[in-house]
Amino acid sequence: MYTVAFPSFCVHGPRHEEDIMDLVRREVEKCDRLGGFFNMMSMAGGTGSGMGTYITQCLRDTYPHSFILNQVTWPYGTGEVIVQNYNSVLTLSHLYQSSDAILVHENDTVHKICAQLMNIKQISFKDVNKVIAHQLGSVLQPAYTEGASEYNRNPLGDLMKSMVCHPEYKLLGLRNIPQMSETSLAYSVFTWPGLLKHLRQMLIANAKMEEGIDWQVRPPAGGLPPAEKGTHNKQLRFNTSLANLLILRGKDVQSADTGGFMDPALYTSWLPPGVASSTWRTPMSFNRYEKSATLVSNSQFLLKPLDGIVGKAWNMFASRAYVHQYTQFGISEEDFLDSFTALEQIIASYTHL
Amino acid sequence: MYACGEAVFSVFCPLGTGSGLGTFVLNVLEDEFPEVYRIVTSVYPSAEDDVITSPYNSVLAMRELTEHADCVLPIENQSLVDIVNKIKHMSHSGKLGAEIKQSSTIISGQGGVKGQEKPFDAMNNIVANMLLNLTSSARFEGSLNMDLNEITMNLVPFPNLHYLVSSLSPLYTLADVNVPSRRLDQMFSDAFSKDHQLIHSDPKHSLYLACALIVRGDVQVSDLRRNIERLKPSLPFVSWNQEGWKTGLCSVPPVGHSHSLLALANNTCVKPTFIELKDRFMKLYKKRAHLHHYLHVDGMEQSCFSEAFSSLSSLIEEYNQLDATKGLLMTDAQRLNIAV
Repeated sequence: MYTVAFPSFCVHGPRHEEDIMDLVRREVEKCDRLGGFFNMMSMAGGTGSGMGTYITQCLRDTYPHSFILNQVTWPYGTGEVIVQNYNSVLTLSHLYQSSDAILVHENDTVHKICAQLMNIKQISFKDVNKVIAHQLGSVLQPAYTEGASEYNRNPLGDLMKSMVCHPEYKLLGLRNIPQMSETSLAYSVFTWPGLLKHLRQMLIANAKMEEGIDWQVRPPAGGLPPAEKGTHNKQLRFNTSLANLLILRGKDVQSADTGGFMDPALYTSWLPPGVASSTWRTPMSFNRYEKSATLVSNSQFLLKPLDGIVGKAWNMFASRAYVHQYTQFGISEEDFLDSFTALEQIIASYTHL
Repeated sequence: MYACGEAVFSVFCPLGTGSGLGTFVLNVLEDEFPEVYRIVTSVYPSAEDDVITSPYNSVLAMRELTEHADCVLPIENQSLVDIVNKIKHMSHSGKLGAEIKQSSTIISGQGGVKGQEKPFDAMNNIVANMLLNLTSSARFEGSLNMDLNEITMNLVPFPNLHYLVSSLSPLYTLADVNVPSRRLDQMFSDAFSKDHQLIHSDPKHSLYLACALIVRGDVQVSDLRRNIERLKPSLPFVSWNQEGWKTGLCSVPPVGHSHSLLALANNTCVKPTFIELKDRFMKLYKKRAHLHHYLHVDGMEQSCFSEAFSSLSSLIEEYNQLDATKGLLMTDAQRLNIAV
């Protein structure tokens, strides 16, 4: 069923709510233990954003104590859907209320991974989806959490515990290395120190993939007062983190030294790194990679894209373009303003990390 | 007239003869099915129309289209004639390697009901092909489906400004298999050439409000993105919609082609067409010429004419206001301030 984004929030969502929640209830009843809900959806258009947001709200109402993780696909910067910025603003602001965490994949980034790392010439959506699936798999496959000797029974819960300590900060990003074409893989050798060094710099310099990393960016020297730290960060484009989770899979995983991620300089001042940083190590290799390292982080990484989207949506809203398409389905100008306010709040919170 | 996909009506409504019936049907559809989108394909009369009162019919019909259609695709007979001539010229030019596959041209009725070709068949086939491309996503699979109601949603930023310029590419494929098929990128460039438009206008020198690309066949998302990046710099978009592109990918190409593209542009270049209609109307209306034929009919009053004229004038004025922003450096709107 292909519908237009937000009308599906107001019209199709309610229309199909009963059927959908019925299906969900049947699945939930089959479980011995409900780990939570993992919803995958787009943010920009199609059925995803409106329906996905509505269903997430229904899930929250029906299962108030369950974990809800939303995986959200961030649209290409240059238009897939013209009203994508409006839809993104409306989606994110609503999801923030009902979801526990929002795991973001940016189409532009995944596209670059396909082009530059995987060497794919004519990139199709199948290629893009494969990369996303690989990254999600590296997180959601069974793993040993910190100090455990058996696979985790509550992956979503463990993820939330590590990553989302404050309801104002729910945006999670994913980086997974190595990522390369099959042919290159055959000739490559990886070491944990190498992988972790790259991953750490990718975090600090806010590099979305393992190419074009800016090695000039350094964490601020300890002892800088918070106000100065902000300016310092801006100047050096340093990415402050709230929480980081390393998920390591493969050979000799116990020997990997993750000390670099415990550096207090990486984190905001109000969380000790002992709490903010955690590591899961699993000896099983993942998806043909002898060693694979994933970093899930709650940091300032999405600040610039988010600010960009809100800025463009606001400019469009200033001329009231397309607004009649929404008001005819019951989304008023006040609703827009509420959503804008919510997002400016999120932007401000992350800026002042 | 037929219903396609989930919920859209596609209506043919000429602006000359038949405009009364066409717009009447439009009104009925709106009354009976207010929630269903109405996309109208409309033939606009040329200056040499042999029906003297066609300017009256056009302006009366325009009001109906502005108020009761969700989206209008204007077509000009002259453009169709030009395309037909261009194809026929290519067929007969005899240039080496330039022989075209007859069944692949957009004027051929290939794939349709067979029968003797009638006089306007070639021109009508162009419009038919345009509609087939428009509805392709509703009929076939694709990696990026685009429903007809998404066209309205994405291409109509303000309720009255719903007139879309359509252009088709390619017009034909070459028959000689030894000649390498025209590069995919050429198809995109052609769609933005005036020769491929179904209405005479100059979008590149006016202002784009939004643009949709409906692609069929063996085309991937990376090809789409590359071409948008390539073409963007030469296409002026309104300041608040610099990335105003809507894209659709359908995997099944039209008969005889490996790929095809339908571009729908919401552009202020339709303004001159409307101004011409307005001027031709005024020429007659000033003298109240031929008005009595209309006023004899029950329900028709002089106010119908003056209101239709105002509707068209307002529409032109809306386009004027947007045109006035062209080339101006627009500052970003002041963002909301949040207390930290």
